[in-house]
Amino acid sequence: MFKNFFPNKILSFSNKLFSFLIVLMLLFVFVGLIYALFLSPPDFIQGDSVRIMYVHVPASFIALGCFGFMGIASICALIFKIKILPLMAKSLAPVGSVFALVSIVTGSLWGKPTWGTWWVWDARLTSMLILFIFYIAYISVWKFVDNYEKANRISSIIAIIGSLNLPVIKYSVDWWNTLHQSSSITLTSAPTIHYTMLIPLIIMLIGTILYTLIVFLMRYKTEIMKFKLDKRNKEN
Amino acid sequence: MLSKKVRSRIVILTFLLALAIAVVYGVLKSLEENVVYFFSPTELYNKEDIPFNKKIRVGGLVKDGSIINNQTSINFIVTDLNNEIIVSYKGSLPNLFSEGKGVVAEGKLKDKKYFIADKILAKHDENYMPPEVSKILKKTKE
Repeated sequence: MFKNFFPNKILSFSNKLFSFLIVLMLLFVFVGLIYALFLSPPDFIQGDSVRIMYVHVPASFIALGCFGFMGIASICALIFKIKILPLMAKSLAPVGSVFALVSIVTGSLWGKPTWGTWWVWDARLTSMLILFIFYIAYISVWKFVDNYEKANRISSIIAIIGSLNLPVIKYSVDWWNTLHQSSSITLTSAPTIHYTMLIPLIIMLIGTILYTLIVFLMRYKTEIMKFKLDKRNKEN
Repeated sequence: MLSKKVRSRIVILTFLLALAIAVVYGVLKSLEENVVYFFSPTELYNKEDIPFNKKIRVGGLVKDGSIINNQTSINFIVTDLNNEIIVSYKGSLPNLFSEGKGVVAEGKLKDKKYFIADKILAKHDENYMPPEVSKILKKTKE
């Protein structure tokens, strides 16, 4: 039952729902940007360059989150052979990879005025670059391997192995000495970021999550349609 | 409940995952010297095989009141509150470089307590706040 439930549901997603999500996303991003760029205060040390954070942190969050989901989906896909899971992972990869790149580029732009360098090979930056390479590898397999079953298997393995990198990225700043500072927002203790900066960050994060959701749903819908079309073509 | 096929796939995948985690752990452990971006003064102090002619990085806090600005070079002390090391540097400094703040110096050791840097990077911490709040915090500390 579960296998058939999902595809049909997504195909019946009306344009109205998409429009609603897009308006909501634009609202969050608009308010978030106004808050982040104009209303929020500069940092006591970094000054205005701290505003890069409002794009950098949500982008990194999405990049890690998407790949984490792809990893879990790939594990379940390999074990239970649920047909929709690879399509879900496949639909998440492009938006995740873009945000990984955004995270690296904004981080680089932030690094120059604060640290005094565009790039260093410390554990956090390097592991983030490795994540981006895993994204590229994952997407390339789907693009260049023609046989669906083969592409599915290889890409799933890439997603699972790449997921092992995620805790390394997350905890790199705690496990080793890095130039990158450690996390300001943790599950265990109060955030070390003042609430006047935390609020716009959370608004931007919600906006980014909504954007990711919209792009994912659109891609997923297309993937399902493609999958069904391929199946029909094979049957005929 | 789970079919035999599914169960065998779970076993195989769990085994392979455990193997992969072990490999990643082993690689990171053996590369620890390279994964670590900089050494603290204490780590350098306790280190047996000190690389004198190799480029290394040392990081910590710039000790309060330790910056001596000559015309040709700048000297300051990097401390991790246990051990310290004198750093000598010629060149331009990043904007965030200041006393009491984090710093990473790249260069070569002259001896255990003296480091000649050819690059200085500022390291900042995870605290973010508006200037007014920082002022208030400082006042209450005093």
